[in-house]
This record gives sequence, structure tokens and C-alpha cells, in this order.
Amino acid sequence: MRTLEQTTQEVLDLAAKHFQLPAGTLAPEDDFFKKLGIDSLQTLEMLSRLENHFGIELPDYEVQGVSDFKTLAERIQSRL
Amino acid sequence: MLDLSKYQSIGAALKDALDQFANEVCLIEADREREKERLTYRDFKERAHPLAKALQGGGFSAGDRASIIMTNQSKWLISAYAICFAGGVLVPLDYKLTPEEQWQLLRHSGASVLITEYPIWRQLSVSAGRPAAANVRSVLVTEAPANADLAGAQRWEEFRAAGEPVFVARKRADTACIVYSSGTGGRPKGCMMTHENYLEQCVALTSIYPFWPSVRYLSILPTNHAIDFMVGFFGPFICGAAVVHLRTLRPEYVREAFPKYKITYVSLVPLVLKNLQRDLQARFDALPPGKRKVFNVLVGINKALTKGRPRLGISRRLLKQVHEAFGGELRTIIVGGAFTEPQTLQFFYDIGIPVANGYGLTEAGTAITVNDLKPFRADTVGKPLPGMEVRIVNAAVDGVGEISVRSKTVMAGYLNEPELTAETVVDGWLMTGDLGRFDEAGHLQLTGRKKNMIVTEEGKNIYPEDIEAVFESLAVKEFCVFAANYIWPKRSMTGEKLVLVLHLEQGQQYGEELRREINARNNRLLNYKRIHGVVLLDEDFHRTASLKIKRNVLAERLAKLDSASAILEL
Repeated sequence: MRTLEQTTQEVLDLAAKHFQLPAGTLAPEDDFFKKLGIDSLQTLEMLSRLENHFGIELPDYEVQGVSDFKTLAERIQSRL
Repeated sequence: MLDLSKYQSIGAALKDALDQFANEVCLIEADREREKERLTYRDFKERAHPLAKALQGGGFSAGDRASIIMTNQSKWLISAYAICFAGGVLVPLDYKLTPEEQWQLLRHSGASVLITEYPIWRQLSVSAGRPAAANVRSVLVTEAPANADLAGAQRWEEFRAAGEPVFVARKRADTACIVYSSGTGGRPKGCMMTHENYLEQCVALTSIYPFWPSVRYLSILPTNHAIDFMVGFFGPFICGAAVVHLRTLRPEYVREAFPKYKITYVSLVPLVLKNLQRDLQARFDALPPGKRKVFNVLVGINKALTKGRPRLGISRRLLKQVHEAFGGELRTIIVGGAFTEPQTLQFFYDIGIPVANGYGLTEAGTAITVNDLKPFRADTVGKPLPGMEVRIVNAAVDGVGEISVRSKTVMAGYLNEPELTAETVVDGWLMTGDLGRFDEAGHLQLTGRKKNMIVTEEGKNIYPEDIEAVFESLAVKEFCVFAANYIWPKRSMTGEKLVLVLHLEQGQQYGEELRREINARNNRLLNYKRIHGVVLLDEDFHRTASLKIKRNVLAERLAKLDSASAILEL
């Protein structure tokens, strides 16, 4: 079982890879809309990638209003 | 399609539709690749009547208000019908608002019943805003897990009663829905939409974009939004068509839904339409040079053959693969909620997929103008719908002025706001606050906004007053939020931004600490509500006798500044 720290790091690494940023560019508290300059649709695309990686289903409502990686990782962790 | 001129209420029309189209499919609900539900109109009635009966058993009667806060799904429409059947007034609220905002609007609306889904209720039930909305006496929650703490709510699935409910008749002038066009944190604008508003709007829209049994409408825009309520519920239902709901709006599942369910119509906001355009363009660009050349020739032929009007049969044959990716049955994409750039509209028309572009606002009962595609025009928002009188008020020499509308679809007024209503609906004419002009062909062109607000590409109306609360007690002398376009008007309906105007204390500097604090507070807002920059003004804001900021006076003062240098990035 992953720890929350591990999950968070994997979320950051995957997001960086998905948006073609150098590893280590993103931090848990970063607001992904702002930091990545993405819109809500691009966020949904990123979520699909995270779902595949973690082998979970993350309903849309679970990420409603979430805009930072830390909270996103917590929501993922609760479904692992 | 039912003859709506015979009906007094949307409930009465829907009631007859359920019987007339009993064997037709009305709803399909899918979650990812799984189809969860497929209901005929008969099934729909069998689900809705026990709910209506139970509502009536609980004392719910004519004119009582019931709110729905749900993502798009079959239970949304079943609940809405049960409320209409029982003579109630529907209060559809945006599920994307924060729990505090939702409670605020629930209180304002006077709703006695709330129907919501468990994940939303989980947040609503622990929100600090709950005690203030004591008017909400009964809460029904869908899909709650077996051992869930319902915090005083009842399970929607178990809230049913045996026996036939009594249909409660309503008059055309009665309020059917209270739809909030804005007002969270500020002055709630609850548009009181009458039964006549919906009946007339439906007649006007279906005269140009008809529905019939076997039409499949993909419902993506939130159903609380006026557009989806009309074209994703009432319109298809009174014509015996089917509505498809997706519980997951990930782009890959939305793409799959088109061929899987043979979608006929879909409504999208400009943001999603542009995303679709980007995707398609990338695929076209990736074609090998030979195929790309052939494709370009076919697009050229399609453009020439559809110059005067859409010819779906020809377009589908010419550009077979593109149309098959959309299921081969797609007739029109309806776009709404915000302004769409002409080049996006043209892109889709060129590949044989007409986009119904129009202009409207909740206060006018959704659409005012729509492109009738005779011929297609990407540079306008079309002509007024049948029954709409549209005029330009105080037009300048170039014909640009404020757009005003008179029709049977214009709301009865704002709930509990007679003064605001009187300012907005003058002698029966709705003053839209939008600027535009008519061209020689009678098409309306939008040129900007007169009102202090922005509309995002996701179709969200944001009023500066609604987000000021988050900056309250900021360590400055005074502040005010504005739409940048309101201060510095520009002939554009896209790229609109909000700015925070600050008057600092004497000797205070706009330093890193203040900037960080503003950023932190800004981040508490949903991403589309955030301010874009800061404007510094070293003078007192003009205020009324009751100390409210005179926004128009302040805007005139700010307009003297150069916008490029005045707006400091956050």
C-alpha cells in the first residue's frame, strides 16, 4: 500500500510528464490550473491518466472544486 | 411534437408526452463504458409518479418550491417532472457552486424540498451555511451508500408512495422555475420563469431545430442551465426524443458516446467546442501528405456545395470518416453559454457539421437569436427567433447600441427584487446590457458589454460583486472588483478578465506580502472566478450616502488610466 507521500509524488511526476515539464517542477501545494495554465477539460484528461496509473475510478464529483495536487492526491489515496 | 398552444403548463405538456410516446426510449444513462439505464417514457412515468405521490403525501402543493442539485442524470429529470406534476416551482441550482453558495441560494429561493445526490449532500450537510436555510425542511438524497450517515436526509430511492398522485394544474402566468443567473455572495438574481416562457421558447426553438422520436440528444451542459433544461429535457420530451446522460464527462467517454449512441444533437460551451476543434485539427494534421491533400480537396468540395445551406447527406458521403467518428447521425452542434469565435464555427461548418450559434440569456428564456443556417454565417449570432422583438437602444452612428428584447419568453422578474426587475425590464423590454448591431441581412452581431460582468468560455457568468467577499478585510484602505472590459471597453466578447482595484493606506506599498495574501484569497475562488490582476488607485473611492461604492463613477475615473500599464499581474 502506498503512503500519501508516495501517491503525491507519483501524481506530481505523472502530471509533469503529461504536460511535458521537467521532473521536480511541480509541488504538492501548486494550483494546477495556474501552474500548468490548463482549463477544466485538460484537467479531466490528466485525471484519466492518473486513473489508469493507479488502477482506480475517480468519479467527476470527487475532484469537483479541487485545484491543488495535494488534495487531488488525498482523493486518490482514499480510493486505493 | 405536441401542440403546445393547447397547454397551460410544462407539467401538463410533459404528462401528455409520457402517454403519447409511452413505448419510445426517453433516457439512456451511461457511466464510462457501462450503460446504467435505458428508460421508455412509460418507465419514466412509473419512476416519477410514486415520487410525486410521496411529495404530495408530505404536504408539497401548488406553488411550493423544490430545488435540485445534481449532476446530469435520469434522476434529475424524473425528480423535475414529479415536482412539475405536483404543481411545484422548480429551483435548479448549479452543482459546481460551493456548499455555502448553494445554501445561500436555497435560502433565497424559499425552497422547502431539496433533491440532491450523496456526494453533494456529504458536503452540504456539514457546511456552515446549513442552519441559515431553515426553509429546507425535507432533503432527498440519491445513491447514498448502505451505511451512510444521511444527516437528516431521506433516501430518494425509498421516498415513494403507492397510488396515483393528483395532477396539479398551473396557469401560463404562474412561475415554473426560479433560475439563478448570478448572485452568489452578492445580490441573488433569481429569474422567475413562467410556464408560458418555456412553452413559447420551446415552440420557437423547435421550429428551427426540430426533435422527433429516434432523435438522440447528448446532455453535457448542466441541466440547471437554461439551455440544457430546454433542449436536454423539455424540448426532446414533448417530441418523444431520447436524452443521453453521461455520468463521467472525460473527453474520451464523450467522444465514444457519439458513435455508440448515434447522437443527433449535442449542446456544448465554447471551451469544449474549441477543444474538439483542436483534437480534430491535430488528427487532420497527422494525416500522411497524400491523404491530407485528398482530404483538403474533399473539404473544398463540401464548402462549395454547402455554401447556401447545409446538405448533410452530401457532407456525410464526402467526409465519411469524420462523420462516422461522430456516429454518422449528428445533425447540429448547439453552442451556447458564451461567445464563440467565428473561426471555430467556420471550422465545423467546413467539415459538414453545422454549429447552431446563437445569443441569449436566462432572463429571456434562453435563446433570443439563432443562426438558421440559411445560409450559415460564422460572423453573427443569427436572426431573432420567431416571436422575439429585438431592438438596438441608443445606437451610435455605427449602429451599435444596447440590445433589448420583448417577447413571451422574457422572465416575470427577479425573485424579491422589484427594483432590480424595474431596472432590467423597462416597459416590457428586457435590457440585456450587451452591445450589438444588426447588419443589412438582419443578423445580430455582438460587439461588447455595457454591464460590469464577464462570461467565461465555460459559459459561466461572473459578476464582480459576487466575488468581493473573498477579499473582505484585506489590509488595504478600500478595494473593488471590476470586469476589465467594463472599465476599458473593447469590441470583443472573448478573453474577458476581472481586476481588483486597490486603494492602499497612506504610505503603504504594494509589496510581496500583500501580493501573496491576494493570491491566497484568490485561490479560494473557483478557478474561473479568479481575478487576473491588480490596479492601484491612490484616491478615495466615491461612495453613496449609504457608503456603497459608486461603481460607475469609479469606472469612469479608472478609464483614464492606460489599461496596459495599470493592470499589475498577480
